[in-house]
Amino acid sequence: MYKVKVYVTLRESVLDPQGSAVVHSLHSMNYKEVQEVRIGKYMELTIEKTSRDIDETVKELCEKLLANTVIEDYRYEVEEVVAQ
Amino acid sequence: MKFAVIVFPGSNCDADMYHAIKDSLGEDVEYVPHTASSLEGFDGVLLPGGFSYGDYLRSGAIARFSNVMPEVIRAAEAGKPVLGVCNGFQILLEAGLLPGAMRRNDSLKFICKPTILKVENANTQFTNAYTEGETIQIPVAHGEGNYYCDERTLSELKDNNRIVFTYDGENPNGSVSDIAGIINEQGNVLGMMPHPERAADSLLGSKDGLKLFQSIVKSWRESNAVNA
Amino acid sequence: MLSTLEPTPEKIKADRIYAEMGLSDEEFAMIESIIGRTPNFTETGLFSVMWSEHCSYKNSKPVLKRFPVTGEKVLQGPGEGAGIVDIGDKQAVVFKIESHNHPTAIEPYQGAATGVGGIIRDVFSMGARPIALLNSLRFGELDNPRTKYIFKEAVAGIAGYGNCIGIPTVGGEIQFDPAYAGNPLMNAMCVGLINHEDIKKGQAHGVGNTVMYVGAKTGRDGIHGATFASEELSTGSDSKRAAVQVGDPFMEKLLLEACLELIHSDALVGIQDMGAAGLTSSSAEMASKAGSGIEMNLDLVPQREPGMTAYEMMLSESQERMLIVVKKGREQEIIDLFAKHGLDAAAIGVVTDDQKLRLIHQGEVVADVPVDALAEEAPVYNKPSRMPEYFIEFQEMDTDITSVDDYKDTLVSLLSQPTIASKEWVYEQYDYQVGTNTAVTPGSDAAVLRIRGTNKALAMTTDCNSRYIYLDPETGGKIAVAEAARNIICSGAEPLAITDCLNFGSPEKPEIFWQLEKAADGISEACRTLEAPVIGGNVSLYNETNGEAIYPTPVIGMVGLIKDLKHITTQQFKQAGDLVYLVGETGSDFGGSELQKLLYGRIFGQAPAIDLETEQKRQQQILAAIRSGVVASAHDVSEGGLATAVAESLFGTDLGAAVTVSGNPIAGLFAETQSRFLVTVKPEQKGAFEELVEDAKLIGEVTNAPVLRISSETGSSLVEAEVSELLTAWKGAIPCLLN
Repeated sequence: MYKVKVYVTLRESVLDPQGSAVVHSLHSMNYKEVQEVRIGKYMELTIEKTSRDIDETVKELCEKLLANTVIEDYRYEVEEVVAQ
Repeated sequence: MKFAVIVFPGSNCDADMYHAIKDSLGEDVEYVPHTASSLEGFDGVLLPGGFSYGDYLRSGAIARFSNVMPEVIRAAEAGKPVLGVCNGFQILLEAGLLPGAMRRNDSLKFICKPTILKVENANTQFTNAYTEGETIQIPVAHGEGNYYCDERTLSELKDNNRIVFTYDGENPNGSVSDIAGIINEQGNVLGMMPHPERAADSLLGSKDGLKLFQSIVKSWRESNAVNA
Repeated sequence: MLSTLEPTPEKIKADRIYAEMGLSDEEFAMIESIIGRTPNFTETGLFSVMWSEHCSYKNSKPVLKRFPVTGEKVLQGPGEGAGIVDIGDKQAVVFKIESHNHPTAIEPYQGAATGVGGIIRDVFSMGARPIALLNSLRFGELDNPRTKYIFKEAVAGIAGYGNCIGIPTVGGEIQFDPAYAGNPLMNAMCVGLINHEDIKKGQAHGVGNTVMYVGAKTGRDGIHGATFASEELSTGSDSKRAAVQVGDPFMEKLLLEACLELIHSDALVGIQDMGAAGLTSSSAEMASKAGSGIEMNLDLVPQREPGMTAYEMMLSESQERMLIVVKKGREQEIIDLFAKHGLDAAAIGVVTDDQKLRLIHQGEVVADVPVDALAEEAPVYNKPSRMPEYFIEFQEMDTDITSVDDYKDTLVSLLSQPTIASKEWVYEQYDYQVGTNTAVTPGSDAAVLRIRGTNKALAMTTDCNSRYIYLDPETGGKIAVAEAARNIICSGAEPLAITDCLNFGSPEKPEIFWQLEKAADGISEACRTLEAPVIGGNVSLYNETNGEAIYPTPVIGMVGLIKDLKHITTQQFKQAGDLVYLVGETGSDFGGSELQKLLYGRIFGQAPAIDLETEQKRQQQILAAIRSGVVASAHDVSEGGLATAVAESLFGTDLGAAVTVSGNPIAGLFAETQSRFLVTVKPEQKGAFEELVEDAKLIGEVTNAPVLRISSETGSSLVEAEVSELLTAWKGAIPCLLN
């Protein structure tokens, strides 16, 4: 069994209005040292082990569904866990 | 002419689209569920607004994988008119029938209001009843209508006259180049954020959207007359 | 076994654990005598939620009895999910308002969203298709980050739910006052349409029939929400955050479509929303109303989390769930129907004849109590009532205002008060058009929706000036109903009925209970005179923060019928040259007015007087004039007085107006005398209009130049302002306060 953590964020080139709003708010709370906030999505997937390479599977489902690569980037972490 | 209104779980402008076609336009129309595996017998396909699958993950992202979508793509490839409004536009983008993607409105708020659109291209099968440069009033209602595409796509859209509608005056969502609606290369797939079906009855404030549907019927009649 | 972790009956009694659940010693003793033994943990939980004020109305029942609840058009009065009124052509309108105040105070987005979700379920569980949403909101002044946050999030929550499910949010009202700073109010109203033959009731008839559970799975969210709603908010309430439910409008959309298909099935016996007190109230109430019992096997309840106890399952307020009773043997077709909509339906119990609610969990009977005891036999308290000191003092106070610095500046300031200012910032976030029936969109006196397939329409509004009610609950109660009716009349409709949401402080305080009684008296009298019975509603008490009560806020939701689409009327002036009439005399009524608040920073004195006979006569005459086609625009004169009403009628047009006020200019411009209307009439219809409306005084005309000119009788100029300047102040006020 795999635990896969997927992080989806807007691409660097795409304006992130939520992130800008949060920076603005943090500045008004006097956290002037905050430079930038990028808001994204975090997803946890539990995937059964098959003969297929896990990286291949995760990349495919990220590109097909979990991220829209026109505006979003994704990265992921795979952790193998022993079923209880 | 017979239209299909595709109903996804969470569609909520399906009935509005249906009534605009049936009551205001006076053409045939049927609801087609997302599970359908054929669009045989329909002359045009309408993807209505709403929150398909709750708009969870991203607007249109899940609907794009529903059973009926290969048929929608097939209809588009066969040259039938396909119109996606609001969530329908988002689904067309996710399905790759139109280029680009949607972001949240720059105000980060849902926005419902009448908008003034400029008809940038009146030479399409969706806009032939308008005149070029004409301004029309059609309402928007969306939280994610901030259209985005990269520079190359944008110049492609511009060079080929594929930007059909732009917001005239105030842009309600921050879209690139004030884009409100775009068409595919073949000219038979239109996606737009404003709701023409909400502007098809003078009781509700505007009839400017009705001409869009009348354009589709006119083009269809003309091309069928040629074929016949 | 999990249940062994729960306290034993003896321990519940000895340690007074029931008190933590909101039951008094006397109530616990009553329960013991009803069931003939000490209740176990689950049973104590069942009683505690069913006997909370929210479910039992134990403190407000004696007051609610005063309301007129019948009428020739009333098909269903209070007691079911929502009331129903006949509108002809075998159609009826279904509507109800409900509060979600405490959840909104704690988690404004989800609190407001689930308030909307709950009221929608009340309407579609009657078999009606919801066609519109309205709301009534109260917040503190927009001068601090917390209030701004609650306001923004509550609005976003209402929008998030209503927009997604695709029911237009077409109207509402919002007031800002320090009295609500710690205890905001969120009341949601839903209006639905139904054909007479589809009316369904929440009753569990037919011994042996199957009890089924449909919709979302049950989790631990919202446990003890009903009890929570019946307690005061204290500074420790933030830690009760776990009690707030999370809404899933997509799930509810599926449930809505499935249930509306289900009502056409002859396999359906009864249906009820699992709202406050969830599975407990829905099962107990359905059985009690039918004179039957229900036995449920909780192992069969669809669960979202492992290891839930019977107590947790019965008290969970997870959203988007319905309990239905279907004919024995027809379960599979129900399962298939829901599966088609992507939903699960599970048979979890049977209807019995022993009038007991019996629950089985992991092979054990975990509760066995009489359904009537839960649903009907909660104790009823006649609370002591006392006229408050402040009320006595207010009767002696002089509220006349004899000078203001500058009439025009005063008008601009009034238009910028958040309570008067444009609510566009709010309603632009609501999809008010989905359904393509909204003929009059938010911003006019009442919203109007056409009834598709007919030549008729419905007008709807929510109203309550809580300042007047604070000053004088009885008069204020009358005004709330009268103002709602005025808004309905001005849109061309005749009032059908009202639904009310009684938001008050703690009934344990005699002064608060007095407010509740007097307001109910005023509402009742106005409902009788204006022929708009009460067909249902909701009570929300204990709206206090650290001992400070909100203003008494009995929100009135009213629906009216427009018999012909031609009668639809809006407040906007239509054409230059039209004659401007003020219907009704003006006095020096400043108690509780916007001008008083603006000048003194507080409200005091007597509320404006109202004579219901005069009100009724004028309303009938205005409606007759509208129906004969001689009215171009109509607007009720309310907060901010005549000057504000004229300005509001110019917004959204490119016109101006020149009017004259008689008598004392301050009163003429800004007094809030009741039963007044601002009407415009085409010059050629002058005679016809004056014949129909007795108390109409011609005060000026609509002009082409977009300027508002108000002069005194002697011809001196009081106000001269570009409409654009007024518009900027009115439109910009709320966005400006939020930035």
